[in-house]
Amino acid sequence: MAFTDEQLERYSRHIILKEVGVKGQKKLMAGKVLIIGAGGLGAPAAMYLAAAGVGTIGIADADVVDLSNLQRQVIHTTDDLGKPKVQSAAETMKAINPDVNVVTYEDFIAANNIADIIKDYDFVLDGTDNFPAKFLINDACVQAGIPFCHAGIIRFRGQLMTWVPGEGPCYRCVFKEPPPKDAVPTCKQAGVIGAMAGVIGCLQAMEAVKFLTGAGELLTGKLLTYDALTNTIRTVNIPEDPDCAVCSDHPTITELIDYEQAACDGLSKDDVAEAAAE
Amino acid sequence: MTITVAGNKKEYEEGLTVAELIKVEDVENPLYVTVTINDDFIKSDTFETTVLQEGDAVEFLYFMGGGC
Repeated sequence: MAFTDEQLERYSRHIILKEVGVKGQKKLMAGKVLIIGAGGLGAPAAMYLAAAGVGTIGIADADVVDLSNLQRQVIHTTDDLGKPKVQSAAETMKAINPDVNVVTYEDFIAANNIADIIKDYDFVLDGTDNFPAKFLINDACVQAGIPFCHAGIIRFRGQLMTWVPGEGPCYRCVFKEPPPKDAVPTCKQAGVIGAMAGVIGCLQAMEAVKFLTGAGELLTGKLLTYDALTNTIRTVNIPEDPDCAVCSDHPTITELIDYEQAACDGLSKDDVAEAAAE
Repeated sequence: MTITVAGNKKEYEEGLTVAELIKVEDVENPLYVTVTINDDFIKSDTFETTVLQEGDAVEFLYFMGGGC
């Protein structure tokens, strides 16, 4: 596969990097990345991966673009209100880079469809907003042996970790099972700074780029945490749980589980109006 | 004794347990925090009985469910 002149120019800032070069750019162009959730995390990740020339980008989400999304979901614009998020995201990615093959899944992931959706991808990004989905993505990727990057954001904080088969702990090694409904707030309930989605979503895109090109070290066996209020970025070692219910050599969870969704209604408009009045 | 908590060295009373440290540090959502000491997981049902030692490095790992 030879580059066209246009591709050489488009990807020139990658190609001159010794860690990427022509070989690395070809790997990106042959790469297949699935982004689950076309929201705060998925938006910047999708845009940078499209710009990077990742060959196939899958994007899964069943929602439509809502006005309250636009404070952080930079892949969607005011003109996209009411449009399926995957369609809006696909249009932006194609506008950034027409070379990219975008595959849309206008569906919520669940135990009965996730294995089928992830199976054709090299790397999965978890950009979802609830624990049932995060555990489902972990379990499905571990069972299928597909590397993925988990992330979570809330208020002024965010964190991410990467799982690759045989190279460290999975999400369930660290967090055994989803917290009870509403025990731990979601960003819908607690709020999140839009730029936090940008920071952590871009770090997820970086994990995908490093995975595909082989450059540098992945966040395997490590949880990167960012606290914007204190300007603190830390990389915390996380061990493997030898008795992990999913990734150990004697798993007790062998079927995918649809946990009860946390109340995704979050705050009502009245709650927000009340907070604004204070 | 000196213990490193989330990367910061601090002085604590001898005999402090993980459960007590969680209170002293005012850990958010204490029922759902994951704890490591010196890069090993501490099971939550042993927080009350696990006594911290001089030089231990403790990390609190928090659920973060947002993303949309």
